[in-house]
Amino acid sequence: MTVNLVVVSHSDKIADGAAELAAQMAPDVLILPAGGTDDGRIGTSLERVMAALEQAGDANGDGIVVLTDLGSAVMTAESAVEFMADPSSVLLADAPLVEGLVAAAVAAQAGAAAEGVKEAAEAVYRPPAAPQHAHEHRPPEATGDFELVNQAGMHARPAAKIAGGLSGLDAEVTLNGVDGASMTELMMLGAAKGTVLHVEASGPDAAKAVDYLRGLITAGFGEP
Amino acid sequence: MGLDVNWALRWLTLSAQAMAEHREELIELDRPIGDSDHGENMDRGFKAVMVKLAEVPPETAGAALKLTAMTLMSKVGGAAGPLYGTAFLRAATALGETADIDAATLASAFQAARDGIVARGKAESGDKTMVDAWTPAVDAAAAAAGDSDVHKVLAAAAEAAEAGAVSTDPMLARKGRASYLGERSIGHRDPGAVSSALILRAAAGAAE
Repeated sequence: MTVNLVVVSHSDKIADGAAELAAQMAPDVLILPAGGTDDGRIGTSLERVMAALEQAGDANGDGIVVLTDLGSAVMTAESAVEFMADPSSVLLADAPLVEGLVAAAVAAQAGAAAEGVKEAAEAVYRPPAAPQHAHEHRPPEATGDFELVNQAGMHARPAAKIAGGLSGLDAEVTLNGVDGASMTELMMLGAAKGTVLHVEASGPDAAKAVDYLRGLITAGFGEP
Repeated sequence: MGLDVNWALRWLTLSAQAMAEHREELIELDRPIGDSDHGENMDRGFKAVMVKLAEVPPETAGAALKLTAMTLMSKVGGAAGPLYGTAFLRAATALGETADIDAATLASAFQAARDGIVARGKAESGDKTMVDAWTPAVDAAAAAAGDSDVHKVLAAAAEAAEAGAVSTDPMLARKGRASYLGERSIGHRDPGAVSSALILRAAAGAAE
């Protein structure tokens, strides 16, 4: 079971488009768009949001996380949650809609619980992880250096695979100093083909994490 | 004699009429500092309320306000939907099954409505929002409730809300779409405060 996602936007097209984008990286996650008004205008509708929440609730997942755009989308989502039979089953993520949704979907796909999915969405706001020297006193338990061999290098899909795979492991992992669990930070590396990624991992699954990344990166993420 | 379901129905009808009459005015107010949809949204929302009230005539004032709340949240579209929706819902809860609404209950229902708007929109007094109409109205209603005359409570609330709406002119918007304009929001009256004053004036008119 995975966490189900609901996307509340003023625009039907934005909600649909964001859901479509996120679904590319999280094919097994239920992502329900609830955009626009009942009659197809710009705005938000309690009925639409409640219908999506009920559908998400009926789908028998591990809870629901809601992503919203601005103003009334947040207020309508909050109102809808108040009307739910079990408001505690729904978490509202305070995150940028598109980036947050993609991060949430990747986390849900990897099996994270509702809190973790919300956290993943909200993490895209935060500045990149503290520079590596902050951890110098604690040497990593496993390391590795792997060259990016796929044509496109580090982009959204590889970043999603790395972050998604790592979120299922009990390890703190950095790649060239950035948090391996953060899709956004990985993408911000701007690493092209030929870049060597230096991996450092700590925690019970440190070795497993390095093995996972070795397999993924040296195989070019299954891309040409 | 307090207020009953017929007062609530007249209030909502007069509100719908006011939104239709002031539709263009609200659109014009919203144009420079918002997305110029407030008049249209409120008119559409209250027209939908009229349809709902005719479909299933409510038996108490509380039920009428609850139906209004649900309809506005679904049909308005803009931020006014969940804000007024929450206001009417909290007022409905405050009234409960009361068939004969006295001055104190009325004043507490207005306060519940205002508290709902604040909880939902997280705006404070002086942010250039509908709160700047509601808070003076709630204070005036509470002060007038001492005389145990619902008409005085309604009149005081309406008058204070109207003055509150005017008081938003020099304010710098700190909430909602208008806040993106910063200094440029100064000199414009907040459309949400104006529609709030219209609704509270309708409440007074319904008891005459």
